[in-house]
Amino acid sequence: MPCADATPMTLAEKILARACGRASVSPDQIVVASIDLALSHENADLVRKSFREIGVSRVWDPERIVIVLDHRIPAESEKTATTHKAIREFVAEQGIRHFYDVGRGGICHQVLAENGHVLPGMVVVGTDSHTTTHGAFGAFATGIGATEMAGVWTEGKLWFKVPATLRIEVGGALPQWVSAKDLILYIIGQIHSDGADYQAVEFDGPAVRHMTVASRMVLANLSMEMGAKVAFTPVDDQLLSFLHRHTHTDVSAHAAWRPDPGAHYAKMLRFDAGTVLLEPQVACPHAVDNVKPVSAVGSVEVNQAVLGSCTNGRLEDLEMAAYVLTGRHVHPRTRLLIVPASQQVYLEAMRMGYLETLVTAGAIVNPPGCGPCVGVHQGILAAGEVCISSTNRNFIGRMGSKDSEVYLASPAVVAASAVAGHIVHPKEVVA
Amino acid sequence: MTKLLLKGRVAAVLPENTDTDVIYPGRYLNITDRDQTAEHLFELAYPDVRARIQPGDFLVGGRNFGCGSSREQAAAAVKYAGVGAVIAVSFARIFYRNAINLGLPAIVAEVEAAEGDELAIDLEAGRIENLTQGLEFKAAALDPRAVELLEAGGLIPYLKRKVEGGL
Repeated sequence: MPCADATPMTLAEKILARACGRASVSPDQIVVASIDLALSHENADLVRKSFREIGVSRVWDPERIVIVLDHRIPAESEKTATTHKAIREFVAEQGIRHFYDVGRGGICHQVLAENGHVLPGMVVVGTDSHTTTHGAFGAFATGIGATEMAGVWTEGKLWFKVPATLRIEVGGALPQWVSAKDLILYIIGQIHSDGADYQAVEFDGPAVRHMTVASRMVLANLSMEMGAKVAFTPVDDQLLSFLHRHTHTDVSAHAAWRPDPGAHYAKMLRFDAGTVLLEPQVACPHAVDNVKPVSAVGSVEVNQAVLGSCTNGRLEDLEMAAYVLTGRHVHPRTRLLIVPASQQVYLEAMRMGYLETLVTAGAIVNPPGCGPCVGVHQGILAAGEVCISSTNRNFIGRMGSKDSEVYLASPAVVAASAVAGHIVHPKEVVA
Repeated sequence: MTKLLLKGRVAAVLPENTDTDVIYPGRYLNITDRDQTAEHLFELAYPDVRARIQPGDFLVGGRNFGCGSSREQAAAAVKYAGVGAVIAVSFARIFYRNAINLGLPAIVAEVEAAEGDELAIDLEAGRIENLTQGLEFKAAALDPRAVELLEAGGLIPYLKRKVEGGL
């Protein structure tokens, strides 16, 4: 645990100091940290190949490796089926118990959260850029490449340059129809897609502390889109009770994982949510930092609306969609795809009646996974088509044709736009 | 072994925020043979670039090159298409690490160069010469860790050697 009389450190510094066995570390220092958890999805097959090339026979610690199939489930092609099979065989050979196969998990980041794999103070690496999501649980969590992961599977260690920290304090409360997604899109629009490059981000302030853990995951998740290495939301009572529910263990000692008073920040951003964030935000094609308030987007007809992904496919997101669509129908020109983030979200949404509401309104429900977000199957866009999506990227060709367009928004805006057939403020649909 | 003195032509000058979906579309993520990834380099956004690349050529980028996904295929496609180094004003961190880990030099520098210009790069001295235009630029010093990996030819040969020597 962190030492009380040490140099004041940010949370990123504190965790890396612990993980490399030093009393303190400071920005730009290179450290070799031990890895607490190593996450992969289908690209575990790529990791496996690099691991074989290195030439060791056993992974360093099968208990610290988690593999979740999520990008192409169920297999959409023979090629993917072969990849899945190779992963199943590797997992059995190496004795990796934390393997979530088709029908047992969902999107890797959601699965880690639901199963209590991540605790404050951990160093988590994943072969997925949105691994930053786990900063919502107080972990130093970041994305790495497949070959680098093969190194982690071999040695259980990885080098990091200690990041400087950007602290973002959000005061006030979010207005009606404005969500965590709108807040983070607003920030990305302000500081741009490299505004937090190589940095750690600490989010805090009343507007953040009032958020559910699911909403905090949205902030940490999308911080990747402004270049952040890791992004934290507060380790507070709400988080600890979430972790207690999901780990069934006493997590109270983890409360100590918070930044020290007097820690040095490279930059501070402070603003009041109720003053600057008056309406939902939309990231327009083809960059996540091309952000406008929904009223400034103009009239944009949509062919497809997608509600899902590691960013916004959780129960509260489906609940919002069901709220907007109760007694309404998806517009004839628009297709609405609902992609629950996990089997558990799927089941809960079924029990709560959200899926019935959504299907009655004309939505189709995809299996839990990454699906259309990454443009590999189930919901591909044709040339000239426009999609409004609760997902995380709107790059050229991200969801299909290079001549399609993706607008990113909150679940409320996605659901309302599906009803209107064009991008709209939810208040215009829900009178 | 990656050489620390490089010479080649500029195959393409790319814009700021050239993202990983542009470099390597998500639909080809199930390709795991690194040399096959090259076939899809810039396939959607700049389909003519790949055919122009001759072994040892360079890509020149702006700010935040390689932003987006952690997909290693983006760096692999660049390398296996024959590119000798990527020079950019800045790199997104995962692309940067992937490139170095695969033995592809990723050089932080702001250079003036046009497609077809010939460049000479001294990685250790941090110097880039545009031989065509008679200009010289400074490159940011490579991290010692990156030099070590590049000299070994990437992370796999580096770790292989380490493992064979007893971990």
